Amino acid sequence: MHILLRDKPGEQMLLLGNEAIARGALEAGVAFAAAYPGTPSSEIALQFFQISRETDLYFEYSANEKVSLEMAAGAAMCGLKTMATMKHVGVNVAADALMTLAYTGIKGALVVVAADDPFMFSSQNEQDTRWYGKLSGLPILEPSTVDEAREMTVKAFELSEMLELPVILRTTTRINHASGMVTLGPLGKRTIQGHFEKKPMDYVCIPAVSRRLHPRLLDKIARAAAFSDQSSLNRIEGSGKWGIVCNGVSYGYVSDALNELDMTDRFRVLRVGFSHPFPENRVRQFLDGCETVLVAEEGEPYMEEAIRNCAQRFGMMLPIHGKGETLFSKLYEFDPLMVKTVIASCFDLPFSPPVPIPVDTLPQVPDRPPNLCPGCPHRATYAAVREVFGDEAIYPTDIGCYTLGLLPPLHMGDFLIAMGAGIGSAGGFSRATGRKVVAFIGDSTFFHSGLSPLASAVYNNHDFMVVVLDNGTTGMTGHQPHPGVDLTHLNMDRTPISIESAVKGLGVKKVITVNPFKFRKTVEAVRELSRFQGVSVLIAKAGCPLYEKTLPGFRKKQVFQVNPAKCRSHKDCVGKIACPAFFVSEGMVKIDTERCTGCTVCVQICPENAILPVSRKEVRQ
Amino acid sequence: MKTTRIMIVAVGGQGNILAARVLGEAAAASGIPFRMSEFHGMAQRGGVVESMVLLGEGKGYCIADGETDVLLGFEPSETIRAAKKCSSRSVVITSTSQLPPFTVAMGQDRYPDVKQAIESMAGHVSKLITLDATSLALQAGSAQAGNMVMLGALAGSGILPIELKTFRNMIRTKTKPQFTEVNLIAFDLGTFAVNFSRTE
Repeated sequence: MHILLRDKPGEQMLLLGNEAIARGALEAGVAFAAAYPGTPSSEIALQFFQISRETDLYFEYSANEKVSLEMAAGAAMCGLKTMATMKHVGVNVAADALMTLAYTGIKGALVVVAADDPFMFSSQNEQDTRWYGKLSGLPILEPSTVDEAREMTVKAFELSEMLELPVILRTTTRINHASGMVTLGPLGKRTIQGHFEKKPMDYVCIPAVSRRLHPRLLDKIARAAAFSDQSSLNRIEGSGKWGIVCNGVSYGYVSDALNELDMTDRFRVLRVGFSHPFPENRVRQFLDGCETVLVAEEGEPYMEEAIRNCAQRFGMMLPIHGKGETLFSKLYEFDPLMVKTVIASCFDLPFSPPVPIPVDTLPQVPDRPPNLCPGCPHRATYAAVREVFGDEAIYPTDIGCYTLGLLPPLHMGDFLIAMGAGIGSAGGFSRATGRKVVAFIGDSTFFHSGLSPLASAVYNNHDFMVVVLDNGTTGMTGHQPHPGVDLTHLNMDRTPISIESAVKGLGVKKVITVNPFKFRKTVEAVRELSRFQGVSVLIAKAGCPLYEKTLPGFRKKQVFQVNPAKCRSHKDCVGKIACPAFFVSEGMVKIDTERCTGCTVCVQICPENAILPVSRKEVRQ
Repeated sequence: MKTTRIMIVAVGGQGNILAARVLGEAAAASGIPFRMSEFHGMAQRGGVVESMVLLGEGKGYCIADGETDVLLGFEPSETIRAAKKCSSRSVVITSTSQLPPFTVAMGQDRYPDVKQAIESMAGHVSKLITLDATSLALQAGSAQAGNMVMLGALAGSGILPIELKTFRNMIRTKTKPQFTEVNLIAFDLGTFAVNFSRTE
């Protein structure tokens, strides 16, 4: 049985923040969940995926976040309790549906998890999702601890059901990837059979309907504001004359700082856990009798602006501090010391920070940039494309492991902004410069958001090449399936879609599928496509070596080594593909046979044919 | 209990997240409140993995520069990289087994003189203990058990108010059954090494 199905209310369990959220959903009776994976949210979906295989919970990996939200919305319209989980930028993809879903509202319940990533540990931006609360009108809850992540998920479902509105549970990486003891609540009962009552004049958002629905949304927001004012999630601690407002992880830093500074009696703290609608009356109560307020929030000055609004509205003139040069930054993650230092400086408190040991005398440690794995088919594809175009072509790229092709010696990646934007931007680069353009996209990203830009490019007669790096899985986030992936080995009945058929169906006239581990054939295919005028597609199809290792029937291939008698140190292997299985010892390239997967790309590019198979006998020795 | 902050640094694949988890479970079993967080940017692809474990009362999940009580380094150059987390009161326990970054292996970058750097660090912290976790793990039966050697060294150092048998129980119940024996031996070798190794 899955550990999250343990029905022992009151028992404590060590859980990851994301596991705690999944547990909370199960306690609330979630019956239907959908997701597109994205760090730091991915482990929530993983729990649902596993649990759906042993219970009647429905879960699916949808093609993208918008589809997952719409899927959950459909089921929620029929009265089910539903969840859609995504990373912060995924909310942008889903936003079109989300904004108007706020108008129709839902039956049942729908909780959207939006996982922000301050510092961009693994994201392209650090946007602050709280603004989506204002934009859509939807309530937002923000946990400060792992245990609270479970509890607030339960509350988010209750709130969604009560208001008949989707509710956003907003987290940050430091909650998603934190662990702590969680006190289990009782598991909820799942209702998996829904009922849809037709109400087109409430659900079909033509202008005449939406004009009625918008005021209804405003009423719901007013009700939500009353809940927010009353909510125990927005709580005041202490009664000192100095005020600090905080949310999420910053609450922990503030609380620890005041304890360590021994200043709890001088301060009052407002922890905002229900941040949209903002609890204005609770804030008024908090500001009353307060001399100065400091707002401690990662990201944008969302609460700071809201508090200034409240102060103005209630005719209060006290100083309100938050973001500023000597105060908090909008950038990156906070840490406990930064929060303590800002509190001490803002309220003029004595504080001697811990002194780190001197590090300027220590040697510089080389970075450990992540790298494409040994045996990664993307490296082979990149090397082949570089063989043909070198630095001449412009290479818009996309989001996935293959973004690492940016690094030397491959240098494949000139522009990266969003899922699908490689193909989307390629036509712009090509029209504006007349240069050769090769856009890269992974298989999962292709289904996520590659289809419409490709259709658009074909229709508008653009001239560029698309390379679909098809490794048969969503590699970056931990090998989740996508619409091209067969799941027979898990006894799951899915209908894998052929990328080649999809591309041809979209009207691409020149398509070649290759196995990128056949290096010369791949180079030839790239050459052939380069002569084609119009949109052409190369599908480079070979499995992710990390994923293949997990599949039934996997056998390690024969591995290779450099024959020192034949090697004349051209170092083409290092200079062109730089597989992490290589190392240089006494000026000669060697291969770590533990790490070699036997992909043979280096074997094929070695001008001296000096890379030879290791016999089974040698391996045993 | 006053907060004890433990920073664990390693290279992807060295198993520090499991080590942190066993430490957390052992704290829980000893009735000590704790919080932990991890940072594993593309760990499977050779990156750095950090775990922060905070034992005792408190609410934060993070350790700032100069704040750590213990720096547990699974790889010496990573210990040096994380040196700024230490103050003069910190205890450093580091493995000396090197895992050069890829750029170094390819001859494009230089691996630092870790021996000298660690000696220099030792002069600035309250205690610095070195051990060769990989060779001890190999003695235990698997190079993969280096994380349990390091956990043993932490447990055996006497810094934490958690009994060795609690750790052993957690290794028995929370690590994969097929590795339990090797893990327990590795853990014991770590506890032994920390008490008999050279303290700088």
